[in-house]
Amino acid sequence: MNPSELTAPGARGSATGVPAQTAKLRSENLNFYYGSFQALHNIDLSVNEKKVTAFIGPSGCGKSTFLRTLNRMNETVRKTRLEGNILLDGESTLPMEVSQLRRRVGMVFQKSNPFPKSIFDNVAYGLRVNGMTRKARLREAVEKSLRRAALWDEVKDKLQNSAYDLSGGQQQRLCIARALAVDPEVLLLDEPCSALDPIATAKIEELLFHLKEYCTIVIVTHNMQQAARVADYTGFFLLGKLIEFGDTKVIFRNPSKKETEDYITGRFG
Amino acid sequence: MVSSATVASGIRPQGRMLSYLSRLKTGDEIARLIALTAASAIVAITLLLVWNLWTVSAPTRAKFGWSFLLARIWDTNTDQYGALPYIYGTTLTSLLALVIAIPLGVGAAIFLAELAPPRISDAFTFLIELLAAVPSVVFGLIGIFMLVPILESSVVPPLKKSLSFLPFFTGPFYGVSIFTASIVLSLMIVPFIISVSREVLLAVPRDLREAALAVGATKWESTWQVVVPFARSGIFGSIFLALARALGETMAVTMVIGNTPNIKATLLAPGYSIAAKIANEFGEARGMVLSALVELGLVLFALTIVINGAARLLILMTTAKGTQQ
Amino acid sequence: MLFLTGVCTLIAVSVLFFILGYLFQKGGRSLSWHFFTNLPAPTGETGGGMANAILGSGQVLALATCIGVPIGFTAGVYLAEYSGAAFASIVRFMTDLLNGVPSIVVGVVTYTLVVLKTGTGPLAGGIALGIMMIPIAVRSTEEFLRAVPNSLREGAMALGASHWKTIVTVVIPAAIRGILSGMMLNLARVAGETAPLLLTAGLSMYWNHGWSQPVATLPVMIYTDAIGPQQDLHQQAWAAGFVLLCLVLLVNVLARTVISRGIHKPR
Repeated sequence: MNPSELTAPGARGSATGVPAQTAKLRSENLNFYYGSFQALHNIDLSVNEKKVTAFIGPSGCGKSTFLRTLNRMNETVRKTRLEGNILLDGESTLPMEVSQLRRRVGMVFQKSNPFPKSIFDNVAYGLRVNGMTRKARLREAVEKSLRRAALWDEVKDKLQNSAYDLSGGQQQRLCIARALAVDPEVLLLDEPCSALDPIATAKIEELLFHLKEYCTIVIVTHNMQQAARVADYTGFFLLGKLIEFGDTKVIFRNPSKKETEDYITGRFG
Repeated sequence: MVSSATVASGIRPQGRMLSYLSRLKTGDEIARLIALTAASAIVAITLLLVWNLWTVSAPTRAKFGWSFLLARIWDTNTDQYGALPYIYGTTLTSLLALVIAIPLGVGAAIFLAELAPPRISDAFTFLIELLAAVPSVVFGLIGIFMLVPILESSVVPPLKKSLSFLPFFTGPFYGVSIFTASIVLSLMIVPFIISVSREVLLAVPRDLREAALAVGATKWESTWQVVVPFARSGIFGSIFLALARALGETMAVTMVIGNTPNIKATLLAPGYSIAAKIANEFGEARGMVLSALVELGLVLFALTIVINGAARLLILMTTAKGTQQ
Repeated sequence: MLFLTGVCTLIAVSVLFFILGYLFQKGGRSLSWHFFTNLPAPTGETGGGMANAILGSGQVLALATCIGVPIGFTAGVYLAEYSGAAFASIVRFMTDLLNGVPSIVVGVVTYTLVVLKTGTGPLAGGIALGIMMIPIAVRSTEEFLRAVPNSLREGAMALGASHWKTIVTVVIPAAIRGILSGMMLNLARVAGETAPLLLTAGLSMYWNHGWSQPVATLPVMIYTDAIGPQQDLHQQAWAAGFVLLCLVLLVNVLARTVISRGIHKPR
């Protein structure tokens, strides 16, 4: 399928996702169960490299569940079962050593969760856990991540302060810096702004534009307008199924499925 | 002291797809085994303890059976062993201690939980918890040198005069007695009743108090008629906990009970508790004596298990009621 | 009614002050340097101290801590971070059982298992007190580890930390103040335990030698001096009682300030 066909005006979104050639992450026939409850049904989609992909949908539709399968965080919960395959750069993630996978695919959570340590130690945590010990290199890497997370100027003089001294928005950017420190290829964000005020939200959305340069971004959001603002590609989930996936502009202006249209126009939420 | 119902447990990776070897490589398996070893060690130690009590006491258990609990004579020369005077002393002093400590403790708990301003409540609770930390032997010191003279001079004579129609306060008083031991014990267990009762009272949901006040009850009426009954099982639990503590208390009791195996109606006579008997006679114990003393220990242990178990159940019942609302 | 319950509270609280006051008056006031540096004096002589008992208690408590804390702490980690429901209930049940064992019974068991083989001394005493420390160490460790929010564990694992690294570098440090305070309270509690030591540590008027010779410990000395007939020994008991009480209360107060001062609370 020709990528240009998808972005041409008037083109309709399709349910089968974008071409596999530029796919960084791919899920194939993914089914996921919490105990006996099936939370995800046959999810097939590709996430393109160095682009922002958003998942939208009403509460409980499975978008967060799907996101967490991408870095196998689902394995931290008991009695879950995953069927199908997830590929990172064409290689299945399921038999990979999970710590290795999570270094390459990082995650930022809905409610910021900085460790009860200093700002510096928070950002350096991932690096230290992976064996980096030289102070000079750590300081460089921490500064680089904090700059990328647009937090450096605000904290450069107080790196030894507790992370809990920061405001909510700053803490979330700290978590982003912490995730970026290990140079992940993919960054997963699970409703990162839902606990933040509009100004902090705007700062983080702006951040995502720039972060595209360094890594692939996948973001789950219950705020459609946010998806429309930041995402290159959008996927609409409903009741554990991927209803539609494609170029954001197409999804929002010309959705091909009725459910997508209903959701976007606010007929249900 | 009262721990809350189990919070969501920590996260553990499932590793269904991970091979065992890979888990080994990351050190996770070794860490888990180390932790498992420690947990198993506790199970092993406890079982060892119970097994040891059981086997060392086997000779006297075989010889006397249940009559050990009812016999009154303890004579090492004729190898006759009976636990009754000690069981009597232990239970009597503990129950008497409760009689004194319950009104004191529950009253103080109500004050601290319901009526006192928060700062005073916290400060006093802190002091009560410090009281709970006072070592038993220090209570014994106070008992021997401070309490006994006071009882001898100012408390027992009036008691004997006014309550002489009761059999409890008759006979000679030598300072050390069941009565003295009960008072010391009551002071030792009061902090436990206070702190646990206070916690269960604080756990009673707000809406209940507010509902009572909203229909015009006074603060006291709301407290006594609504809150306290709701926390009733928890308060009983605290009483059982205090009882278990009193039963096992050794030093303070030994120092003031008189260490004489009496079974008399009067509280002014000296007595003997199980723990005191063991503490006093263990020194050179061998053979049958050792077995008998260990069997005494087994009896004490069994008593405390039952009481502790009942206590936990009762406390659990109150906190569960509270969270059900 | 307010009045009555207030009176109850005042009575309960005042007991603490009575004890402190009385001990200070009888023993604290006469404390001198001798107390901390001299051995007990031979019968009839004055000027004795309890230096050996203080050291002996220290020795016994050190061993008890080395036994009770590692086992209790690690088992607490197991219960909070690793265990499945079935084995966890067994462990918890056993821990509660162990906690309910009267201290004299712990002494009895240690006597038959250790003293009959090695004799009385710091080894047996340390083992007895160590066993008593275990259940409280388990409970306080588990309680404070569970209080650490799961979001912190998730955050660490999402960065690629393995399970044990998450526990060691994030969860335990987050809970460390509470755990430390719990251990301090634990230590203060066993420091005052006399009954097990009566049966396992023995008694001595001299400096301690090694691990299986009878050793003087503070609580046992207080007890033996108090029940004897000699007045000057009673005096020693008072002084020692005052010292012991002050130490125990001090550690308790310290433990509570450790915990109240530093719980980092995320906004």
